[in-house]
Parts: sequence; structure tokens; C-alpha cells
Amino acid sequence: MSDKRRTVHVCQGTGCVSGGSEKIFLLLQDEIYNSSSDGEITLKRTGCHGFCQQGPLIVIEPEGTLYSKVKTDDIPEVMQSILPGGKPLDRLFYHDPITTKSVRYYHDIPFYSKQERTILKHCGNIDPEDINDYLAIGGYNALKKALFEMTPEQVISEVKSSGLRGLGGAGFPTGRKWESCRNAPGEKKYVICNADEGDPGAFQDRSVMEGNPHSVIEGMIIAAYAIGAENGFIYVRAEYPLAVSRLKIAIEQARGEGFLGNHILDSNFNFDIGIFQGAGAFVCGESTALVRSIEGKRGRPKAMPRPRTTEEGLWNKPTLLNNVKTFANTPLIILNGSEWFAQRGTEKSKGTAVFSLTGKVVNCGLIEVPMGVTLRKIIYDIGGGVPGGKALKAVQTGGPSGGCLPANMIDMPVDFDSLTKAGSIMGSGGMVVMDEDTCMVDVARYFLDFTQRESCGQCIPCRLGTVQMFKILDDITKGNGRPGDIDLLLELSEAIKRSSICGLGKTAPNPVLTTLRYFRDEYEAHIHEKRCPAGVCNFN
Amino acid sequence: MGSYRGDRGELVPILQEVQDNLGYLPENIMLDIAKFIGVSESHVYSVASFYAQFRLLPLGRKRVAVCRGTACHIRGAPQILNVVEKTIGLKEGETSDDLEYTLETVACIGCCALAPCVRINKDVSGEMTPEKAKEILLSMDNGGQDVG
Repeated sequence: MSDKRRTVHVCQGTGCVSGGSEKIFLLLQDEIYNSSSDGEITLKRTGCHGFCQQGPLIVIEPEGTLYSKVKTDDIPEVMQSILPGGKPLDRLFYHDPITTKSVRYYHDIPFYSKQERTILKHCGNIDPEDINDYLAIGGYNALKKALFEMTPEQVISEVKSSGLRGLGGAGFPTGRKWESCRNAPGEKKYVICNADEGDPGAFQDRSVMEGNPHSVIEGMIIAAYAIGAENGFIYVRAEYPLAVSRLKIAIEQARGEGFLGNHILDSNFNFDIGIFQGAGAFVCGESTALVRSIEGKRGRPKAMPRPRTTEEGLWNKPTLLNNVKTFANTPLIILNGSEWFAQRGTEKSKGTAVFSLTGKVVNCGLIEVPMGVTLRKIIYDIGGGVPGGKALKAVQTGGPSGGCLPANMIDMPVDFDSLTKAGSIMGSGGMVVMDEDTCMVDVARYFLDFTQRESCGQCIPCRLGTVQMFKILDDITKGNGRPGDIDLLLELSEAIKRSSICGLGKTAPNPVLTTLRYFRDEYEAHIHEKRCPAGVCNFN
Repeated sequence: MGSYRGDRGELVPILQEVQDNLGYLPENIMLDIAKFIGVSESHVYSVASFYAQFRLLPLGRKRVAVCRGTACHIRGAPQILNVVEKTIGLKEGETSDDLEYTLETVACIGCCALAPCVRINKDVSGEMTPEKAKEILLSMDNGGQDVG
């Protein structure tokens, strides 16, 4: 390596931490301390760099060398390679599983080079526990711009014209939500960040919070200015202890710099954020349930008809609730303008989408792509295809509220409306790839098992209906399916969708409906031939 | 309860702090919390029993949690759960009589790229195979009992 200053990033996302990256960081710190490097090497802990499957990851900047699957034993050699005149360690480079060629720089690896990162741009190359790193990349400049150069109405108008949409099932336009909250009567208003990422198979919100917590906080402050709120909460799952601790540090540092608290940046605007840890209830991703949970109640959704949360939310005050990535997008829109944001994406789905790409795919990890790219590009170009030469069978998006799309639909663009039309949803961003060894009836059973456990029990269609659907699916996967089960599942699905009071129940049948729509033959083989085509179900 | 004011909205955080310190929510403490916040005892119980995080019984010193997230499921979590159950001799949700182990499942740890995952206390181990899971359990302090 050439002689110049280097920054060594050690990924401290949950995935890499599970591989021992905390110890790797400490060992490297000792090595650097004991070396003759004389301040030429800076060591940084970063959030998720994205390529979790290849972790623990070390990235050496500025040139972008990536060391993958690093073990503690490798550290002395890693250190030698970083020192001036050191030789790069070929064996720790990423090895392409198809060509087996080694690739030194991460920007040459298709997993990275085929992405377009905006929200994730700085996840993995800034220290999430040091506000100076965020300030150095222009952090909080959007807040200054909003506060001193824009009226709240202008902020809302900018977000509206960006076309940014929320990540609930419907993809509701963010700017319109902000506007209705601003216009709602009442002095006291709240901003809440929904970080209750409860979808199994999804970790993109966690990664944003762990990797760049200030981007979420800055977005919330701008939103608070826009709607006129003085208090906010980040509602984060208790299962994400690392995200919680990094958010706490970030909030403290933001207060110290005058970005939070009274008279923010000496203006007349006051706003502060508290963290509320969700106690493990999937239904609390629903706005009214989330609000009740903060109020110290059971997290039970309010039945329709009811006022919108933007009119009557936390403690019955107007409340703006947005997802982590919606807030993380906000500073980018304010700073770069709505036109910049709207360059990416499709006519009705602007910007980028962040997915947790997992399951039967070669490159698992955290990815970001413009709205409208095809599933093929995500699975094959970025994901590297299905491992072991197996055939792709389906892609699941949207978690338990979403659906499974068959392999023959992979040229479909990924955006809000195409996914909805196909029977799934964008949701918060889980994307689970399934191959020929995955049984689609078992997958449907899996999701219904999840929803029947997570039903809050308040309304009968959801409480009893999901249990009945689960039992039928369980019977089918055990070889006890009866003729007529498919019709019964369809009938129950229709009833549950129509009569449940909240999104959990209304979307619970989606995994069953989509697997029936696209993989009915697998249900029939189970029921009529007592055979599991994927060889997953055990009929003893 | 020094740092709390006794607002209704503090119920969940108080329960979380008690559980962090004691590992579960003892009945007498829930009664005290009801008085402190000024809500009925049944309200505290209804909240404590609603959320998956809260435990009404003491937990084992080693909390083994098998992730049953979607990615983990399709990459073999059911087989991992099976081998863990056999290795420590407990079913999902059970705690051993000597309070050594508790076996739980979690909806998703968020470590999906390394599926399937197991968490023991606070440490997550990824890319599990039944053999690897068994090895990790048996290598814990005091070992596990192999009843499989």
C-alpha cells in the first residue's frame, strides 16, 4: 500500500458484532498503539457497512480495501498490511463465489457497485457515536437551512414535491401527512419515529439507527419544526440494544451542540426527543397501538372509524408518526432539494428503497436501490443469485403483511404500486429469497403462526380467524389436509381482511393469498397427494 | 423509583427497568408499581402480560433464544430449535428447575444476513448448523446435559 494516511473502519453492526468485531476493534487498537505508525492510522468503529454475510468487515479508506470474514487471529497480519509499505492481504479480500476471483476494493464488488446509496451513503464510514463525523459530512446543515431559510410551510411543500412516501402498507405521501398534522388544531403536538421494526426478516431500520443515528434525529427535528411540535419520541424495539444505546449517545451529543432542547441554534424553536423502548409486540407498529403503548397501556389498535393519528394521537394530541427511513430521507431532501430526490425512482415511487436482502441468496446484507429496479437486478446483480445452483422459487417482501412473488415475476419493477398490484407490499423493507427447497405452504404456515401469536386479541376475526387459518395450514403441512381446505382458506382470508379492525388483521391473510395465487399446485400436492414438492414437510 | 414521577406513561419503562435488574416482574413489585403510578393492579398485570418482553417468573442464568425470523426459518431454524431443545432438555418457553437455563424463541433478532441465529444472553451467534448449536451449548460454563 502506498504511504499515506489511512482510516481503518471496523464494522460494528449487529451482524459483525456477532462475529467478534468488538474484539477485533480492541486488538487493532492495541496494535496501532504499539506500532510505529505515528498517527498516520485512524481507527473508527462504524455502523453496518451492509455486507453482513461477509462479516466481520474491515474497510481501509481512502482507497476502499475491504477485508472480509476477519478473525481475531488475522489482526497482526492486518496491521502489517495497513502500515506504510505493507502488502495488502489477498486472502481476506472478497472472493467472488462464481469466478472465485479475489476483489480488493469494495466499490468493485457487484454487491456494492450495483447499489445506489443515499440513505445508507454514510452508514459504515462514519463513527455513529461521534457527532463530529456527522458534522464533517454536512450533518445538521439541512436543519440550519430549514430553520433559518425556510418557513414550516416551505419545508412541507418541499417534502410534498419530492414525492416521498411512507412505508406503511399504503405508501401514504409523507408531505401530505405532515401538512395535515400541521393544520390539525391544537397547541401541543408530537413527532414519533416508528422504529418498532417488527417484521421478521428485516433489519434495515436497525442498521440505519446503528450506522447513522443523527440522520434520523435531524429528520425528526426538521419534521417537528414543520408541524410545530416540541416533543418527540423514538419508539424502538427493545430487541435492538445497540441501536438504543447509539441513539441515546446521539441525542445527548445533539443536545450538547444545541440541535435539541430549548432555543435550538438560538432560534425560538424548542424540541427534544426521548427514547421509548417497545416491549415486544408486533402490533405496536400500528400507529394507534404504538401510541397507546407509550401511554402505558396495552398496545391495542383503535377501531375505525376514528380520527387520524395526525389529528388525535399521543395523549389525544396531533401526532406525526413516520418510519426511520422517512426521517433519514428528510435532511437529504431539504439540503439537496425535492428535484434531486425525485430524480431517482419511478413516476409514482420516488427516491430509493432500502432492503434487507436475506434468505437463499449468495450475498445477504443491507442494500439500497432506486425505486423501480427489477427484482432480477436485486437478486442476481446485487445478491449474486441463488447459492448452490438451486432454482429461484419466490421472493417475499413486506413481512407478515406482504406476500410471496413467484420467480417468473422477477422482471417486475420494485415500487409501491407494482408490489401492491402483485398482492404484496413494499412495507418497511424485508426481502427474503426462497429457492426450490422452500415449501410455500410451510412459509404460509410460518407467517400465520407468527400473526396468530401476535394478534392483540381485541377483534374476533383476527384473534380467532388467524388461529383457524394456522390450524388448517398446519394440518396441510402434516399431511392431514382435506379437500375443500383451499376454499376454506380463501373464505377465511376474505372475512379476516374485511372485518379486522387494524392493519395486522387486514393484511394477515396476504402470505396465504399470494402463495395460493402463485403456488396453488403446492397446496394441492400436499392435500391430494400427501406430498411436499420441496421435501420440507414431514408427513409421518 | 427515584427517577420516575409516577406518570401513567412511565409504566412500561418502569417494568422494563425492574425486569432489567431482577430478570422478571415479581408480584409484590407489580403491586407497588400500581400504587406508585395510581392505576389498578389489574392494569399493571394486563400490561405486563400483553408484551412479550415481560416475564412473570424468574429466568435461567443462561437465556438461550432461538430466532424464528423469516430468514432463519427458511434456512433451518426449526432444526436448530429441535437440537437446542434436546441438548438442554427444555421446550420453548421453559426454564430449568435449577434456574440454569431458559429456552425462548424470538420473532427476529435482526441478524438475518447470518441466518439462522441463536442468542445466548446478549451474544448472538450466526450461521448456525445443528452441530454448531450443540457445540456452543455444550461449551458454555458447566456444560449442558445431553439428553438427546
